[in-house]
Amino acid sequence: MIGGGRLIGRLHSFAGGDMSASTLILVLIALAALGFFLGRSRALASASGNAQALHSRPHFYGANAALMVLIPSLALFAVWTVVAPLSIKADIAQSVPSGLVDEGKSLDLLMTDVRNVAEGLDRAVVAGALTSDAALSIDTETTDVRALLGGVGVALGANVGPEVLKLAKTYRAKSASSSNIMTGLVLAAAMAGLAFAFLRTNKDFRARNTVEATVRATLIFAAMVAILTTVGIFFALIFNTLEFFQLYNWKDYLFGTTWHPHSGGGSDQPLGLIPLLWGTIYISLIALAVAVPIGLFAAIYLAEYASPRVRGTIKPLLEVLAGIPSIVYGLFALLTVGPLLLKVFGNEGLGWMQGASSVMTAGLVMGIMLIPFVSSLSDDIITAVPQALRDGSLGLGATPSETIRQVVLPAALPGIVGAIILATSRAIGETMLVVFGAGAAGKLSLNPFEAMTTVTAKIVSQLTGDADFTAPEVLVAYALGTTLFVVTLCLNVIAQIIVSKYQEQYS
Amino acid sequence: MSLYLESPRTKKRNAAERRFQSYGLAAIAAALFFLVVLLGQIIGNGSGAFIQTRLTVPVTLDAAAIEKAEGSMMKTSGYRKLIVASLSAEMQAKGIEAELDSKAAKALLSSGAPNTLRQHVLANPADIGSTVTLKLAGSSRLDGYMKGRVTRESISDDKAITPAHLDLADELIGVGLLSKGFNWGFVTGNDASDLRPEQSGMGQSVLGSLAMMLVVLAVCLPISVAASIYLEEFAPKNKLTQFIEVNISNLAAVPSIVFGILALAAFIQFGGGTIGIEAFRASAPLVGGLALSLMTLPTIIIATRAALKAVPQSMRDAALGVGASKMQAVFHHVLPLAMPGIMTGTIIGLAAALGETAPLLLIGMVAFVQTDISGATSFFTDPNVGMPAQIYIWATRADGAWYERAWGGIILLLIFLACMNIVAILLRRKFERRW
Repeated sequence: MIGGGRLIGRLHSFAGGDMSASTLILVLIALAALGFFLGRSRALASASGNAQALHSRPHFYGANAALMVLIPSLALFAVWTVVAPLSIKADIAQSVPSGLVDEGKSLDLLMTDVRNVAEGLDRAVVAGALTSDAALSIDTETTDVRALLGGVGVALGANVGPEVLKLAKTYRAKSASSSNIMTGLVLAAAMAGLAFAFLRTNKDFRARNTVEATVRATLIFAAMVAILTTVGIFFALIFNTLEFFQLYNWKDYLFGTTWHPHSGGGSDQPLGLIPLLWGTIYISLIALAVAVPIGLFAAIYLAEYASPRVRGTIKPLLEVLAGIPSIVYGLFALLTVGPLLLKVFGNEGLGWMQGASSVMTAGLVMGIMLIPFVSSLSDDIITAVPQALRDGSLGLGATPSETIRQVVLPAALPGIVGAIILATSRAIGETMLVVFGAGAAGKLSLNPFEAMTTVTAKIVSQLTGDADFTAPEVLVAYALGTTLFVVTLCLNVIAQIIVSKYQEQYS
Repeated sequence: MSLYLESPRTKKRNAAERRFQSYGLAAIAAALFFLVVLLGQIIGNGSGAFIQTRLTVPVTLDAAAIEKAEGSMMKTSGYRKLIVASLSAEMQAKGIEAELDSKAAKALLSSGAPNTLRQHVLANPADIGSTVTLKLAGSSRLDGYMKGRVTRESISDDKAITPAHLDLADELIGVGLLSKGFNWGFVTGNDASDLRPEQSGMGQSVLGSLAMMLVVLAVCLPISVAASIYLEEFAPKNKLTQFIEVNISNLAAVPSIVFGILALAAFIQFGGGTIGIEAFRASAPLVGGLALSLMTLPTIIIATRAALKAVPQSMRDAALGVGASKMQAVFHHVLPLAMPGIMTGTIIGLAAALGETAPLLLIGMVAFVQTDISGATSFFTDPNVGMPAQIYIWATRADGAWYERAWGGIILLLIFLACMNIVAILLRRKFERRW
């Protein structure tokens, strides 16, 4: 291992002690390739060139060495990349003079400033506006730091105070030494892995078993990504929602009947969920009233009456309707259906409608969007009803429509209910269509021609633009997201339970 | 009662039968009617974006004037004078009596026309001193007039253009100086500021979407193949496996905007903010691609598992029988046979991701991008837009000319989606095997 240590030292100095992440990874890949050839040739040498005497085929010995180089070093690299900045941040936060944070600035904002300044200094050194020595000794009295950093593309909101600059310099020093230590450790881990694999390689070593176990572990890890995503969604929603409920009374949110956020409103502004939930439900109901009859009858016709040729033509056409992105439906609602409804129900017609955006506009178009969803799910369920049931009914003299109404549909009912619940969950989660079609103001009204807004549309409007992520009117979006997630999750679980119960019945 | 006569009850039942069938037909007819109306609206409103009104102007490139224009602060204003002078001369030569004052020139010519001329001069310095005939973009109002969107009535309170200008436009058409042509700029160009819809294009957002699709492909394909192989071929039937499967099927039904919230919190606020990974910043296609990947992953996993399931057990048995390990049987025999199905599922998943807008809005991929992006890294990390996000931006600008662009963008988006789906169908047709 002495040789390995010297090699690390040489690699280290070769990269100027400041190896960037991509260079480091390239070096690791090169080491892995080296490991492959060393492992393979040592295995062959131990069997004196006779591959048949080996336990595994030669390339498994190579792959084993390559994996031993990559896995520990990359794992260390990943952990260090995540943990080190957090610990540096905690370190710096401790050394912040008490006066700085009390001026109404939160610690997070201060840390962002510090990091921006540090990053700006790095960029200035790279761009040549500053020598690396000058960056270490820079101070606010002799240099206009803000102008200097502005020159290399880092825009700062306020002037840089001496304390912030001092913290930024500490930050730079700490991250530089941290990245040096990391480079050294990662390379050491890689070399250790290489040496370990090399020493272990001989003709009786079960290389294939080791490699396959590693591959299997990788496969399991990939399957875990689904769990990780769920956990990620859970944390992303829950932390920010809790933060919101620290600023805002949860009762006012859940049971409030007015929605009228304004920036700087603090905890007094009305952020009630009820109007948004009502808009969402109302639009979904109209959408289902359009999609369920049309989709269901289309599915019945396609499954029970249509010849294979008709079915083969109509089904792909309906799928086209399903493949069109929701933003297209949004524009269709805003520019085609809305104005059309306005002509009939607006002030020139019946006088029920004020603008092109309304619950009816969004609901109708969403209904069109859901037709293929309902029809293809119902189609699958109807075709899954055993043919014997139909034959029995037809054999007793029932007409096809009587068979469908009195035998097939009752048998398929649980599945169809499941499909309708899934369609409801789709309708509730739909975003782009309601952003364009439904309106912007939260209202509690029974008139379907009035503009109302939905949970999803408000998530978009509260989180886009210049959002201040500490204000309740922005954080409320996470509470809305949690509400949406919980509601759709419940609907999906119920639908799955119903559908799987139904499948058991006939399989 | 005779068997040959329909009893009233039979008549009633047969009528009910016919009624029931006609409900089904009516439902299908309604669905197809909606499809036709939707496509008709898209093509009818959007095809205009692919056509651009242009003025044919033989510009005399006077060396002194160009030198003066290049020396001044507002370089384009000098070129504007050149164009106006040349156009006036050409109008006189063609026998149009109306005067082309600066207001009329402003009303008819796009504000980007001088820059077109400047770029031509910079690219072809040899042309200085001679006369070149250029096709210069007309203003959005003129463009709307040529396409029927703008009429003399609709501009009654418009400050930018007057009916007299439209009369002049009619005369220009008469002498062949004003014509419409295919608008390549719409396919290749960048977004333009609020007042210049005639200069905007989808090109930048196509690149942004391409970058995101590459990220989605690079993330989703390996992970979904690995996860599916594990779940289909190796996973024991236990609580963990069940939990993973429940997770996948639930994630497939989570609304897309929730993935936007996840990407905002996990990548931008935590990854880019707390940890400080520089590539994870708002508006970067890398982050957009990761958000779309998480959203698409369950769909692709479900398709991949179906493809693996379709490979008959005898293939595995044969491989195991001649001494392959389980891993070798899967990677050497099952996976290659399932590949066409996996590719089809992946392409369809990518198509769904391409049209998705809501997550992009949350991670700020609605940046106004006017500059070209160069370099491999910055292709993924520089602020950009995606195609649906660009359509969203244009639709929110609430103006007839921008709506036309938005519909046009939709046509382009649907062409891409159609191509991806056709490739998927062809793959399925060519490689699908039934055992």
